[in-house]
Amino acid sequence: MATILLDQVRKVYAGNVEAVKGVSIDIADGEFIVLVGPSGCGKSTLLRMIAGLEEISGGEIHIGDRVVNNVEPADRDIAMVFQNYALYPHMSVYDNLAYGLRNRGVAKGEIDSRVKEAARILEIGTFLDRKPRQLSGGQRQRVAMGRAIVRQPAAFLFDEPLSNLDAKLRVQMRIEIKRLQKALGTTSVYVTHDQLEAMTLANRLVVLNHGRIEQIGTPLDVYEAPATTFVAGFIGSPAMNLIPVKAKEGGLALETGEGLLAPNGHGVAQAILGVRPEDLVLATDGVAAPGGLSLEMTVIAVEPVGAESYVHGTVEGLKDDIVMRAGPKTDYAPGSRLKLTAVPEKLHIFDAQTGARLNA
Amino acid sequence: MQTKRITFKAKGLPYLLVAPQLAVTLVFFIWPASQALYQSVLQQDAFGLRTEFVGLANFENLFADPLYLASFKVTMVFSFGTTFLSMGVALMLAVMADRVIKGATGYKTFLIWPYAVAPAVAGVLWWFMFNPTIGVAAYAIRQMGYDWNHTIDGNDALILIIIAAAWKQISYNFLFFLAGLQSIPRSLIEAAAIDGASPFKRFWTIVFPLLSPTSFFLLVVNMVYAFFDTFSVVHATTAGGPGQSTSILVYKVWRDAFESLDLGGSAAQSVILMLIVIALTVIQFRYIERKVEY
Repeated sequence: MATILLDQVRKVYAGNVEAVKGVSIDIADGEFIVLVGPSGCGKSTLLRMIAGLEEISGGEIHIGDRVVNNVEPADRDIAMVFQNYALYPHMSVYDNLAYGLRNRGVAKGEIDSRVKEAARILEIGTFLDRKPRQLSGGQRQRVAMGRAIVRQPAAFLFDEPLSNLDAKLRVQMRIEIKRLQKALGTTSVYVTHDQLEAMTLANRLVVLNHGRIEQIGTPLDVYEAPATTFVAGFIGSPAMNLIPVKAKEGGLALETGEGLLAPNGHGVAQAILGVRPEDLVLATDGVAAPGGLSLEMTVIAVEPVGAESYVHGTVEGLKDDIVMRAGPKTDYAPGSRLKLTAVPEKLHIFDAQTGARLNA
Repeated sequence: MQTKRITFKAKGLPYLLVAPQLAVTLVFFIWPASQALYQSVLQQDAFGLRTEFVGLANFENLFADPLYLASFKVTMVFSFGTTFLSMGVALMLAVMADRVIKGATGYKTFLIWPYAVAPAVAGVLWWFMFNPTIGVAAYAIRQMGYDWNHTIDGNDALILIIIAAAWKQISYNFLFFLAGLQSIPRSLIEAAAIDGASPFKRFWTIVFPLLSPTSFFLLVVNMVYAFFDTFSVVHATTAGGPGQSTSILVYKVWRDAFESLDLGGSAAQSVILMLIVIALTVIQFRYIERKVEY
């Protein structure tokens, strides 16, 4: 059990490529933190720096009450679960679990009881004698988790541990990881590019982009009040509709000056207006919600996904398509015109240049 | 995997297609081998005028001959020495090369070079360096207080041919070890590092066991090399001497046939060598082609 503190951590690779640009995160004891971002955003590099597998170019990393910048991975009291599991192929499951304990000179009886206990928790007791290649993907994943928990480390580090599993197993293991982490109460840092995984697992999300933190917050905070247009576009599926707007007498309009979309509550000349697909609704009797958004969309296609449907359409004067979430069995013929609206509380306004959120 | 079978109508075509391979095998492998088998049960007089069938007498003579048994022993020491020396050095170099980041290509090229040197040339090179009168290495050893003279001391001579033969093979082993090392996922090493294993322990508990298929393959290849491909190294360096101290089996075959003109005895020796090759090949096929499981 320990806190992890990252203070202005930087990673510069040879040739002056800055992969991580001054990241600070304060992770509480027992917290489940998920680092999420597109590939190349520096999330794995950051995790590897916490693990000690990657040198730290600047800043400090604290685990518990010590600075670990120059501490060997083995001495940081962390355990890591790798994307490809990294099980030792020539050792049995038992030996895989026991390896780290043996290296630390733990007594034989103690090793045995800890391995058995981990095997019981993860339900891998029946194949302790097998070699990793005789296991299925899900079982290997469990062994990899087992190797982490037998050590009883101060923190777990997960590097996209579920990305090699099929969709069904991924959901199952996701729930299991969450349950396990809650039961053990071990501080965890989890890296993923899958925003659904991030949302469901995290106590707090850290959204990274180009080696910088875009936002830190609980999943719902991040979802409901994305700090930047990047976060708005990255978290949520389908993504938030982002509409470039400019000020016009009486409110905000499309960049072409066409149509009045929403009131200009922030007095900006230019901005980006965001609205989530589920916040778009049909305007009753063609009347927009008072003070809210008003859009006229031409339907291109309807995507039924079972419990709901996504209506894709174009808005005159707008480059990108607009997506609206509708109920199941929604059916609009392509070309039909819909009057849409959204209540003012559901609108997100971002700065046109920096992409930073303007409304609270 | 299902593959579609394509059938040609012409009946003769398949035979025609395998004919070159068959011809080469027959002329260069089967025929000489059968000749050796045939010769091994014959004895010829000193002038080559009379040849008579003697059954297994040649083999009986061989195994009663202390020189032949000594040659067996020398060959064993030589082939194990060569194999372990070349594999050990190659593994060490490969482990180091695996860590080199800058100039890795140049470094590897230099390490692979010796393989392009003809064995005889390699033998001569080492002969020069260890020459008791003019050799650099011999001089250095003598400075350290050891009187190196492979022309008199049989042990020195054996060490010399082991070094010369191993040096040739290091490049080959190095290539395979390097490829083997590079195919071990980095995350395994990292996991072991997090699991608290020192670099030394990581090597012996993770890297080395994972290299075992490569090592086993190289073990057989190197044994075969030391047994059968080292004639030129021995010939150029010590010529089997002093006395018979470096006369390995394959060298003795040649010497007995072409210098002592004991064709029957020499043929019997080749037959024994052939049996050794067959044994090694069987080992290779049984354990290596089937992929060593770890």
